Amino acid sequence: MNLLKITKRDNLNKNQEMLIRALAICLSIVCSGLILLIFGLNPVNIFQAIIDGSLGTELRIQQTIIKAVPLVITSLGILVAFKMKFWNIGGEGQIVMGALAAAFVALHFGDLPKPLMLLFMMIAAMLAGGFWAFIPAVFKAKMGTNETIFTLMMNYIAIKFVTYLQYGPWMDPNANGFPKIAPFPENAILPSVLGVHAGWILAILCTVLIYFLMKYTKLGYEITVVGESFETARYAGMNINKIIIVAMMISGGLCGLVGMIQASAIEKTLVSGISCGYGFTAIITAWLARLNAVATLFACLAFAMLIQGGAYIQLAMNVPSAVASVVEGTILFFVLGSEFFLQYRVNLAGKTDRRSKKEVA
Amino acid sequence: MEAFLAACVVAGTPLVLATVGELITEKSGSLNLGVEGLMLMGAVMGFMAAYNTGNPILAVLCAGLAGAGGALIFALVTVTLRANQTVTGLTLTIFGTGFASFVGQPMIGFSVPGSVGAFFNKTSIPILGKIPVLGPIFFKQDIFVYFSYVIVILSCVYMYKTRLGLNMRAVGENAAAADASGINVTLYKYVHILVGGALCGLGGAYLALIRVPIWQSDVVTGRGWIAVALVIFASWNPVKALLGAIFFGGLSILGLRLQAMGVAVSQYLVDMIPYVATVVIVIISSHKKKKENQPPADLGNNYFREER
Repeated sequence: MNLLKITKRDNLNKNQEMLIRALAICLSIVCSGLILLIFGLNPVNIFQAIIDGSLGTELRIQQTIIKAVPLVITSLGILVAFKMKFWNIGGEGQIVMGALAAAFVALHFGDLPKPLMLLFMMIAAMLAGGFWAFIPAVFKAKMGTNETIFTLMMNYIAIKFVTYLQYGPWMDPNANGFPKIAPFPENAILPSVLGVHAGWILAILCTVLIYFLMKYTKLGYEITVVGESFETARYAGMNINKIIIVAMMISGGLCGLVGMIQASAIEKTLVSGISCGYGFTAIITAWLARLNAVATLFACLAFAMLIQGGAYIQLAMNVPSAVASVVEGTILFFVLGSEFFLQYRVNLAGKTDRRSKKEVA
Repeated sequence: MEAFLAACVVAGTPLVLATVGELITEKSGSLNLGVEGLMLMGAVMGFMAAYNTGNPILAVLCAGLAGAGGALIFALVTVTLRANQTVTGLTLTIFGTGFASFVGQPMIGFSVPGSVGAFFNKTSIPILGKIPVLGPIFFKQDIFVYFSYVIVILSCVYMYKTRLGLNMRAVGENAAAADASGINVTLYKYVHILVGGALCGLGGAYLALIRVPIWQSDVVTGRGWIAVALVIFASWNPVKALLGAIFFGGLSILGLRLQAMGVAVSQYLVDMIPYVATVVIVIISSHKKKKENQPPADLGNNYFREER
């Protein structure tokens, strides 16, 4: 600290800002490469394989998009909550509950016509995900309960509950004793559009909707104000409790929708591991995109490449797919750290430094 | 009953270490939500060292270093670069989880070598072990458990009876005032984040070396988060943290115990209890707002002298 002088920056222009971010991401890739080297892997080969595995063929690109869909919608949900500085890390549980509600509809109302069936599944999933977020939101609004731990515990409760159903009351008697829930009927499965299940249309739709919600509506504005300062919001006469609860239900509702998409299009039934860690990865992508809905779309595509590439290197090179999570974490550390350089200027200590130190003393 | 309570202490030990680690971190003003990741990093490095060397001391050392190493990332990003603590902590969890399953992949299903297992056999403490009821519960355990008691006592003495501990609490309560009185805020934050991280790493190692001496990558399963909640429950007091951790340890083995007693209840529903209980605790502790139960005033805020 003595060797460097740190001062607050005036406004940076957009180009400088982009440069610092790009530099941070490059550095993070170098750094994760070093980690791979330490564990005896060739980083160049790994990164090449990740790109090849995610974009190399048409089929792989489709797989990448399939992985981007849940990530985009979950990130949008997380974004709404984070904008309010409500740390919703309950995405996993909200996804699971959404899937549970969708499965309930799919398995109990099997003879509905397909469009109606899918619509009901979506509504049920969004309500269930929203409800799972509503519980911590109410306690936060009324009692100031710590939402980070609350939402996280709701994840484990949801997952254990579905595991219970899977091994207990909902176990499929036709699965020869395997702890499985019955597969969905044909009319509960999302159709394909252009080679990828229709979830991608929902993802784009949600991106546009959330972009408009945050940018052009009263609620979006209120969410931002609550996130910046409770005091300001209260002074402006906003109903903070209502804003928190409504925003969290939107957040949870979007995660619930992801549960429906994954259950209907990917698993074609309900499994306890349906959320695949998307609830956590979405935190990274939402933050990388600086809580901007459109930027989220691109951050999620990049991360979907990492996930798909990770799955590919596991199969093709027998390297654990967790490599991708290590890279993900490293990227975010660098991006988080780079924020500092956006706000402050760092100079080597010169004469001015000594003078300012005297003032402090 | 005695056997069950003794098992609660064993199940609670990883929570004791992680909770005290997080408590020390928070007392110095940093909210590190990466405990889950730190425990996993400690678990995998501890297990790796144990598996490759068969040396228990080295295993424990590596676990502590891995936890401190993870915490160093947190300290660099939040203290030096002043990034958002909540998001950095969450990232540390994601990173630690990935790191553990990446490093641990080739070891899945391997067991802890016998020499390490033998080192952690239960030994009775000479006089204390003879106390009726309490002796067999608390003092016929492995040395790792005794180590956790020592940590609780040391942290109490350090926090409430020493000058350094007082300074540390001053940093957590009001970094600007501490700085003005000549305390090196950055140094204090770094040291306590690192020590806290090392303890979390040791908590993870206890799980991987003693509780489940076969490597599996989901060995921590939310205990790191329960530790974060326990700090609130314990209202930043190490002794209450010990009791809370043992209580939670008990909840986490309740399912097995009930099944052994022939109670017909789904294991998965019983497994839910610790998480539901955590929620209840978080609600209750937000309800009773007594003065001495409050978090350090500067918790979660980054300090920058020029912005005073």
